[in-house]
Amino acid sequence: MNSSNILSVITFVYGLAAALYVFSWVFKNKLSGNVATWVMFSGACGNAAGIILRWAESYRLGYGHAPLSNMYESLIFFSFTIAAIYLVIERKYEDRIVGAFASPLAFLALAYASLSPNITDRIQPLIPALKSNWLIAHVITCFLGYAAFAIAFVVSLMFLLRQRQESREWGILDHFPGLSFLDGLNQQMVMFGFFFLSIGIITGAVWANSAWGRYWGWDPKETWSLITWFVYATLLHARMQRGWHGKRIAYLSIVGFGAVIFTYFGVNYLPGLHSYGQSG
Amino acid sequence: MKKKQTPAGFFYRLWKYFASINLTIAILLSLAITSIIGTVVPQNGDPAIYRHEYGDSLYSIFSFFDVFDMYHSWWFRLQLLILTTCIVVCSIDRISATWKTIFVKVPRFNISRFRNASEKQEFISDLPVDHLKKVCRSIVERGFGYNMIEDKVNGFCIFAEKGRWTRLGVYAVHLSVILLIFGGLLGSIFGFDGYIKIPEGQTVDRIRLTGSEKAHDLGFGIRCDDFSVRFYDSGAPEEYRSRLSIIEDGKPVLKKDIIVNDPLRYKGINIFQSSYGMLRPKQITFNFESKKTGKVYVEELAFGDEFDLPENLGRFVLRNTVNPYIFHGNNLGKSVVGALISDRNEAVDIVIPFRFKNFDRMRRGDVSISIQDFSRSYYTGLQVTNDPGVPMVYLGFIIMIAGFYITFYMSHQRLCVEVIQDSNKTRVMVAGLASRGNMRMKSKVNKISRRLVELSRVRG
Ligand code: HEM
Repeated sequence: MNSSNILSVITFVYGLAAALYVFSWVFKNKLSGNVATWVMFSGACGNAAGIILRWAESYRLGYGHAPLSNMYESLIFFSFTIAAIYLVIERKYEDRIVGAFASPLAFLALAYASLSPNITDRIQPLIPALKSNWLIAHVITCFLGYAAFAIAFVVSLMFLLRQRQESREWGILDHFPGLSFLDGLNQQMVMFGFFFLSIGIITGAVWANSAWGRYWGWDPKETWSLITWFVYATLLHARMQRGWHGKRIAYLSIVGFGAVIFTYFGVNYLPGLHSYGQSG
Repeated sequence: MKKKQTPAGFFYRLWKYFASINLTIAILLSLAITSIIGTVVPQNGDPAIYRHEYGDSLYSIFSFFDVFDMYHSWWFRLQLLILTTCIVVCSIDRISATWKTIFVKVPRFNISRFRNASEKQEFISDLPVDHLKKVCRSIVERGFGYNMIEDKVNGFCIFAEKGRWTRLGVYAVHLSVILLIFGGLLGSIFGFDGYIKIPEGQTVDRIRLTGSEKAHDLGFGIRCDDFSVRFYDSGAPEEYRSRLSIIEDGKPVLKKDIIVNDPLRYKGINIFQSSYGMLRPKQITFNFESKKTGKVYVEELAFGDEFDLPENLGRFVLRNTVNPYIFHGNNLGKSVVGALISDRNEAVDIVIPFRFKNFDRMRRGDVSISIQDFSRSYYTGLQVTNDPGVPMVYLGFIIMIAGFYITFYMSHQRLCVEVIQDSNKTRVMVAGLASRGNMRMKSKVNKISRRLVELSRVRG
């Protein structure tokens, strides 16, 4: 059994966890919530094990490197960070309804990695440009940031849902966390994400400077990460303005996550004069 | 909140405008949106291609607004200037108030603010005031740097605080943004960025600057002693390595192998492995296979050489190389060009790609010519840069990370424990105020009050 098989199985574990979280939310069933937490937790452990195993496999193939070098590897790391950050939040705030929205994201990221025909799960040797310790720091920090933004995104969706239903008496939003909790969690996640995105951009710049002699080249990927950064910087300042609380902040958080997704996937479709990984 | 209430002149209003969060939001959003343009329109490309892609009228509009190099355009720089101004004005506008909070000798505590704080716990204790005083003190002392006691007629009040200086974190963040902008400016004014190709064994002391046709004298020579490239079994490149020597006054002063991610730095100039290519080989060994007899004749030729083929097959002239060679729309890469001249003086062009050594078989002539071997020699392509702004930018990076940590995860926390004797009961209030992170403050208040309750219970 190799790491890719394990990770395919974990996809279904996350799927199961997502179903259980949704079930426990819709039917207010505490037991399935407890089970969901354990399933999610074992999914995250399996996900981590898959990553470590893949690392070992690359050494067995003779060109060992940390599994953070291509789309597949970044996606499996992404799903792990989403799951891990979510579990920390669940433990801290003792609320599982966020899980009904966050766990599908971990599922989707891993499902996309495992099932998309465009993404190869082959372990490839590193091309010269990627042979740098900065790669590891860069990818880990960026994806910690992205995962936090992903959770901020679902929390913002929940905020908008909740706000729309505020007046109603009954419904599945009955046990929904309150608006101020969601707003506060959004802020927490955005700060965490902004902190790590900034470190990610900085480590990327230092790496580019050591590999190509310039820390910033305005290539589409770099520029989009900066656009993302500007959007979240806007959000942080907007919070300090009176008229900007609540709904608008939630919208900004959603727009910011759109920029994250574009930085991650969309940039490949832009006309670029050069891209990462091309050098030499 | 400060004195200036006169609806002062234009300057004052302008000042306040630049210090406002509204302008900050506007400029940050505008930077985010306009930055998209340069990711949709490729930057610094060939004007001819742009003209073809966008048509004449759109092309002239785009080039009027520097869209093809937008990140260096006047209007993009203007946005950065506004951002810088905002930050400077805003920081000056607020620093004096912050300064006064941080650098007071005796901080003032306003008890009514604590009484109205949302992070507050109250309970009744059976312990006598004196005893509580000792207990409270020891608990509060552990977690807070500054604390003082105010005695009252029927009780006391302990004030404590910590992390006053963390209010400076936001200023560090904003300072770092300015350092980045200025560092970038410094680099673009005083730095350079260029490219050279050096054939193995040769020395070069001038580079061609990127984005212009200008050359730049380095003031020393770079010699490429050797270049090598290694591939994985899959054909993907594994390593490019150039052995370089720095030449001053004809003598080598420094030697180093550079690979991607491990450049050579000399006199503030950085030399990076960037690309490579094959030079035209001096000698090529050809096989000439006669169709009639099946015999193979081997001959080593230099460019310009002629070879008289046996069996009256004609004369072969090795002319030059082409790169790329396009065959039926396919790029076959670098190729050798020669001519086969028959006895009747009819010439046929022969093109043999280095990658497809038996390409000439397809011609089905009387003789098929293939490449057996050639002497490989490379040139190395080096990126040569000098950026005096880097130290400032890196300083900005460090300050920014530290500043974010301080602003996001530390805060100025103030705590107040008020104990008042009321007939035979003792009322205790624990309240906290934090510059941010009210959640953390709340849990701290709860923890302290819980400990106090416990202690009361044990003793009481
Ligand atoms: C790229 C540029 C900028 C970045 C990265 C940045 C970053 C930050 C951050 C991280 C905070 C803390 C937010 C929080 O407490 O949640 C902050 C606060 C603030 N920023 Fe900026 N900022 C930028 C530009 C500006 C500009 C142009 C202004 C101009 C007015 C400004 C004014 C402020 C103010 C007034 C605060 C609140 C300070 C306080 O809490 O006392 N910022 N900024």
